[in-house]
Amino acid sequence: MKTNLAEKRDYVSSTNACKACMPLGACIAFKGIEGCVPFLHGSQGCATYMRRYLISHFREPLDIASSSLGEKEAVFGGGPNLKLGLVNVINKYQAKAVGIATTCLTETIGDNVPAIIKEFMAEACLEGSRGEMPTLIHAATPSYAATHMEGFHAAVAATVKQMTEPVARHGGVNIFPGLVTPADIRHLREIASGFGIAAAVLPDYARTLDAPASSEYQILPQGGLPLSVIRKMGGASASLAFGWTPDSQRAGQDLHDRCGVFLHGLGMPIGLRQSDALFSALEEISQRDTPERHSLERGRLLDAMADGHKYLASKRAVVYGEQDLVIGLASFLAEIGVQPVLCASGGNTPGFAERIEQVTEGLVREPVTALAGVDFYAIAQLAGEMQPDLMVGNSKGYRLSRELDAPLVRVGFPIHDRFGGPRLHHLGYLGAQELFDRLVNALISKKQNDSSVGYGYI
Amino acid sequence: MSHAIFEERKDQIFEKVGDEPFRISCDKQSLAGAVSQRACTFCGSRVVLYPIADALHLVHGPIGCASYTWDIRGALSSGPELHRYSFCTDLGETDVIFGGERKLARALDELIPRHRPQAAFVYSTCMVGLIGDDLEAACRKAEEKHGIPVIPVMSEGFKGSKRAGYYAACKALFTLVGTGDTDGTPPMSVNLLGDFNLAGEIWIIREYLERMGVSVVANVTGDGRVADLRRAHGAALNLVQCSGSTMELAKMMQEAYGTPFMRVSYLGVDDMAQALYDVAEFFKSQEAMERAKELVRREVADIYPRLMELRKDLQGKRAALYVGGAFKAFSLIKSFRLLGMKVMLAGSQTGTQEDYQELASICEPGTVIVDDANPLELMKYLIEKDVDVFVGGVKERPIAYKLGIGFCDHNHERKLALEGFVGMLNFAEEIHATAMSPVWRFMPRKARPALKVAA
Repeated sequence: MKTNLAEKRDYVSSTNACKACMPLGACIAFKGIEGCVPFLHGSQGCATYMRRYLISHFREPLDIASSSLGEKEAVFGGGPNLKLGLVNVINKYQAKAVGIATTCLTETIGDNVPAIIKEFMAEACLEGSRGEMPTLIHAATPSYAATHMEGFHAAVAATVKQMTEPVARHGGVNIFPGLVTPADIRHLREIASGFGIAAAVLPDYARTLDAPASSEYQILPQGGLPLSVIRKMGGASASLAFGWTPDSQRAGQDLHDRCGVFLHGLGMPIGLRQSDALFSALEEISQRDTPERHSLERGRLLDAMADGHKYLASKRAVVYGEQDLVIGLASFLAEIGVQPVLCASGGNTPGFAERIEQVTEGLVREPVTALAGVDFYAIAQLAGEMQPDLMVGNSKGYRLSRELDAPLVRVGFPIHDRFGGPRLHHLGYLGAQELFDRLVNALISKKQNDSSVGYGYI
Repeated sequence: MSHAIFEERKDQIFEKVGDEPFRISCDKQSLAGAVSQRACTFCGSRVVLYPIADALHLVHGPIGCASYTWDIRGALSSGPELHRYSFCTDLGETDVIFGGERKLARALDELIPRHRPQAAFVYSTCMVGLIGDDLEAACRKAEEKHGIPVIPVMSEGFKGSKRAGYYAACKALFTLVGTGDTDGTPPMSVNLLGDFNLAGEIWIIREYLERMGVSVVANVTGDGRVADLRRAHGAALNLVQCSGSTMELAKMMQEAYGTPFMRVSYLGVDDMAQALYDVAEFFKSQEAMERAKELVRREVADIYPRLMELRKDLQGKRAALYVGGAFKAFSLIKSFRLLGMKVMLAGSQTGTQEDYQELASICEPGTVIVDDANPLELMKYLIEKDVDVFVGGVKERPIAYKLGIGFCDHNHERKLALEGFVGMLNFAEEIHATAMSPVWRFMPRKARPALKVAA
């Protein structure tokens, strides 16, 4: 198997990427800050492409500003355009914050964004015409360096680094959930409040990217983590950061190192054991028992696992997406008797395979093939040989699922070919329950459709 | 809301009140920070060449440019579907430092034998323009090695707007034209330029032309094939739709091969019929004209009763449209008129001075005309003009829905054929489906909130 793999992956071209680029992730993260407009320092196309990609998933207005650099600026530097763009965004959007993410263009020409911002603030102060200046956050997100996932974490880490300092302890708790759905964020807030915890979820795009219908078009949608709360994150009693990749822990680690906020580094709380770890951490932090509501959720999940286990027994799954999501899903699938045969990610962080092995240990019958830094060409080649019964991942695997005649259970981001992606739950017992039902139903539906009988009970 | 218009953009908006002289400023670089709905040069090239189904489309650059354009258009193919793959050199940090030419050569060495395309297009991106890769030399070498045309598309994103990308695409296309054998091309033959076969529309148009006795040599580029492009210069006439994207190719072909061109639109009853009559007229064929008239009679008779039924409900409703190229706006205004509706806002991303002049002349007083708009301006006019239906693309959709306004997708992602006579009926059904939905009655803008919300 090993030689076979090496041979197949001996190419440099990418075919049907299993990833997007860094600034896209940064834009999602910046949408989770109250009154913040994401701003891409680069050519106009980046912002437009990403808006389209995001709108197809979230079905929300997604204004992302751009410094709209042209040929002249690519040669002489993008500073003046960045400043002009900032003035326009601040004035028109009445932005409280602007989240500036760089692109491959401005990273390659070497624009010094922190210096430009400094100049801008100094000049703006000299003019003295404006009232309170918005907060300007900048993240270095060269598209060529990594994937949208690392871009997301880079924006979160930049926000924390640039906006926090040691402040008086206040007993609140920071949560860095990673790239999860608006529904997941809402659920996390409810869980925390059940423990009597004042949680600062960064980013919190629960409302900005899943907004109710409104009578007026809101230039900036309501919601997002307030800037005043972000500024106090250094005074929290603890931070929870979800994810196994080093990037997912960066913001929490930074708060620990600079402000002494204790960091609970957890995995993505997907499935039973990882959710248990989350609830244990919350019990420890709050010094309270888990509210009955959640212990009942856990009980129902276990009951469902018993009721449904045979539909899933020994089924083979191909799982793909961002590293931490895939590890979390592998952990859950192993718990419910599904064999993850292939776990793949477009992101390339060391230790991915080891982590998959660790979370599935003792629960799976055969070793899991885990590949980081791959495209759908590699996934398709391997998956074809593995005869999977189902696939778990984002919409981009749909064509492969069709070729393999293996149903695709859609999770994560992006979901471009189904309705309601932002309202899916993945986290906690509730998320596991929802996921479990969908997995079982995907297999039942396949069995029903493949059979000539027309089963009414199954 | 009164501040929705940027001072710098005031001259890019024109409100027709009466017979005042028309003036608009356009074809400018987008204003920084204004959240333009426009894309970049790369995007312009990518969308035009994208539907050539038996070519390899390799994005030389970082992964995002490839990810966001993977299967981006519903451009259908009747045969090979190589265009629906997303190929990229996936440049990384080391490539920025050492250059990406070797990686590009290797990628072509991998992909060409694997997929055996008839030609390869290699798209340049921002990064490639900056690190100084010699794309043309790399393509030349690959061409010699693999024996198929390997065509560089100079589409660095920062080079200009989408329009600059159209030009780069036309230049790339033009390298293929004239390299094939034109023997046996019928005298009454055309190329179809500027139709991308979204939802199979080029098949509708080809069928109409065939019924008139007119052959199509090359589809440029919907359901496109490299071999057809190579012999496109054998056609007697170029029919140019979506003038923004392929007009340059028509001009190049006229200059080099003397092929005349004609601007057409296949949208709406009037423009579709006119296009067929113009073709018959061009070939000075009495028979083709008779057939065209018969075709129009039949097709219109087929759709007319249902159209009039739909019109009863739609009469007096108000529409807004924001589209990529201005040509589409002309036809849409006429189509709305046929449905008894009024167009209150008409705009485009890349219209020219002449386009807007023409637009203004066919619009009624009270219509706002806008170049390169942004969400703030669009929402201002949607509300101010109390619009019932908005026509646009994916980026415009949530603006309409959030305001509780109907929407019709007239862009890449549509799955419904909107061209030809059948397309006019589909369009009317689509407008009816959205405008007449009961859901708008419950939206906050129209209804009082049903619940008392605790403060």
